[in-house]
Amino acid sequence: MTTDPVLVVDDLKMHYMTQAGVVRAVDGVSFSVERGQSLGLVGESGCGKSSIAMTLLKLLPDNARLVSGSIALNGVDLVPLSEDEMRPHRWDRISMVFQAAMNSLDPVYRVGDQIVEALEAHYPAAGRDSMERVRELFDLVSLDPSYILRYPHEYSGGMRQRAIIAMALACEPDIIIADEPTTALDVIVQDHILREMQTIQRSLDMSMIYISHDMAVIAEVCDVVGVMYAGKLVEFGPTTDVYANPIHPYTRALMSAFPSVRGEKHDLVTLPGEPPNLLDPPSGCAFNPRCAYATDECRTSAPPIVKRGDQWAACWNPSEE
Amino acid sequence: MIDTQPIPATTSRLLLRAVDLSKRFPLSSGWWDRNPSFVHAVDGVSFDLMAGETLGIVGESGCGKTTTGRMLVRLAEPTDGQVLFQNQSGDLEDIAHLKGQPLKDFRRRAQMVFQDPYESMNPRRTIFDTVAEPLQVQKIGDHTERLERVSETLGLVGLTPPSSFLFRFPHELSGGQRQRVAIARALVMNPSFVVADEPTSMLDISIRTGIMQLMGELADRLGISYLYITHDLAVARYMCSRIAVMYLGKIVEMGETEEVLQNPVHPYTKALLSAVPVPDPESTRDPIDIKGSVSVPVDPLPRCRFYDRCPIADNTCRDNDHPPLEDKGSGRLAACYKA
Repeated sequence: MTTDPVLVVDDLKMHYMTQAGVVRAVDGVSFSVERGQSLGLVGESGCGKSSIAMTLLKLLPDNARLVSGSIALNGVDLVPLSEDEMRPHRWDRISMVFQAAMNSLDPVYRVGDQIVEALEAHYPAAGRDSMERVRELFDLVSLDPSYILRYPHEYSGGMRQRAIIAMALACEPDIIIADEPTTALDVIVQDHILREMQTIQRSLDMSMIYISHDMAVIAEVCDVVGVMYAGKLVEFGPTTDVYANPIHPYTRALMSAFPSVRGEKHDLVTLPGEPPNLLDPPSGCAFNPRCAYATDECRTSAPPIVKRGDQWAACWNPSEE
Repeated sequence: MIDTQPIPATTSRLLLRAVDLSKRFPLSSGWWDRNPSFVHAVDGVSFDLMAGETLGIVGESGCGKTTTGRMLVRLAEPTDGQVLFQNQSGDLEDIAHLKGQPLKDFRRRAQMVFQDPYESMNPRRTIFDTVAEPLQVQKIGDHTERLERVSETLGLVGLTPPSSFLFRFPHELSGGQRQRVAIARALVMNPSFVVADEPTSMLDISIRTGIMQLMGELADRLGISYLYITHDLAVARYMCSRIAVMYLGKIVEMGETEEVLQNPVHPYTKALLSAVPVPDPESTRDPIDIKGSVSVPVDPLPRCRFYDRCPIADNTCRDNDHPPLEDKGSGRLAACYKA
C-alpha cells in the first residue's frame, strides 16, 4: 500500500446538543484516505455517515459541537480553523457532492452561472476564463454544453447530478465526498454516473469518500470500506477482504440481508431489532442488543480492536478466521 | 394476446385479469385546445394474476408501474381496457361498473400498501384509529369487535404485544414499525389481493428484510395475492414468482422471475439487469451501453418504444408499431421484433 495520505481523521467526535440531550452522531472515528484512493462509508440511516461528511467540511449547524479529534487535510488540521481560515480549503481542496441532487441547485439561476459563482469565490481574477472552465467541466461529466445557460428545472435527475459533480470538480480538489450520490437515480443512470466518476477520479488522481447505504454500490466503486454503526466505525479494511471475510457480526448481518440479482439466491437473514437511539446508545458495544453473539462483556465494556492484516473490527466476539 | 371472452372454466383460480389496460393523462386541458397531447402512462397492459401468486412489476421511474397498480384497485380510472376481478361467487367481474354493495365488497378484498410510511398515515390519529378506519368505513363490528380485530392484525404483522401499540401515534414508531402498521391497515379487511407499491424502498437494509419476510409469510398463511411494484430487481427476485418488466407504459417482458433474471430476452431487460451493481467486489460486470435516458411517453410515435435507445434496433423496429407481447418459448413473453 502507498502511504501518501490526503486526509487523516483521528478520534473525531461531533455531537449535536438537542433539547432532549446530547446526540453522539460521530463518536470517535479514525481513518485515513490515500491519494487516488476511494473509501466507502456504509451504514444505515442515523448511523452518522452523513454527519461525518458535514464535519469534514465543517458545514455544521449551530447546535453541533466538535468535541474532539483532528481532521488533517494535506497535513493541515481543519478542526481549529475559523470560518475565514476554513474557506480557502473548502471546495478548493475538499469538496462535496450532496445527497439531494434535486435540491442542491438554485432553481432561479442558470446552472453555468452557479458553477462560475463557485469558481470566482476562489479565483476572483479568473474573469472570462471561468466560462471556459465551465465548458471543460461539462465536457468532463458528459453534459451537453448547450445546457450551460439553462435552468435546473430543464435538467433531468441524472443531468442535475452530473452538474453537481461538475461543481464539486470545479477547483480540482484533492478529495471529494459523495454523500449518496446516486440514491435517487434509476439504475441505468446510476451505473453511467458511477462509472464516469471512477474514470474522472482516476484521470485526476483524486481521492473520494463515498457515503452510501447500498452495499453493492460500495463494493463496486471503493478500494477501502468502513462500516458504521451508532456513530462509530465497527469494521474497516480493503473492500475485497471485508466483503469476503467480515469480522464484525453487524457487517455479516448486512451482507446476509442484502439481496443480489446475480449469483446463488441465498436466504436473506433478518437482523432483529432496530438501530439504536443515539441519544441513549446501549452501553458497551452499541450493537449488543441485536447481536446473536453478545455476551456480558459486550453489554458492559467497549469492544477491543481485532486486527487481521489491513482489516480491523471493534468486537468482543469476532468471527473465526 | 389475451382474449377477453369467454373465460374458460380452467381459470377458476384466476383472481384478476388486466385486459389492454391504458391510462392517458392530458397535458393541456383547456377547451380551446383541439389537439391536446397525452402522456401515455400505461398503454395496453394485459396480464393474469392467480390466487396466491405474487406478480412483480419492475421498471424505472415513470414507466407506469404505480399507475397500473392504482388502476387495479380502482384508485385511478383506466382510459381504456378493463380490470376483471373475481367476485365472491367466483366469477370475473369488470370493476369499472361496480356500485354500492358490490363495490364495497371489492374494496374489502383489494387493498393497497403505499411506499412511504411517513406520508401515508395521519399523524394525529392513533395506530388503532388508522388500522380500524377501513372497518369503520365499511361499518363492520362495534368498538369492542374492532379493537379485537385490530389487535389480532397488529399481532399478525409482528407488532407485539398489540396493546402497547394500539394507542400510540405514528411519530412514536420507527420506519419499519410504521410500514408494519400500513400492512396491518391493508390486512384488517382480510383482503385476497394487495397492491404493494415499493413497500420496502424507504427502509434500511436490516429492517427491509424483515418486512419482505413478513409479506411472504402472510401471503402463504392467508393466501393473499400481491402485485408487488418495485424498481429493485433484487427485491423482486426474493418476493415474486413472476415478474413483468415495464418500459414507457408497456410490458416489454414477462415470465418466471428466476428465468427472466438469469436469461433475459428483451434488450431493455438485459440493459436494466446489467446496470444493477453486485454486492461482491470480486465480480466484474459488463454493462450494456444504452443510449440516452428514459423520456416521457407524450404522444409516442408508432414504433417500438425502446427504439431510440435499443442497441439492436433496425428499420423493422422503426417502421412498425410497438411489437406485441409474444411467447418466445417456455412461457416467456417479450415484446421485441429482434429477440
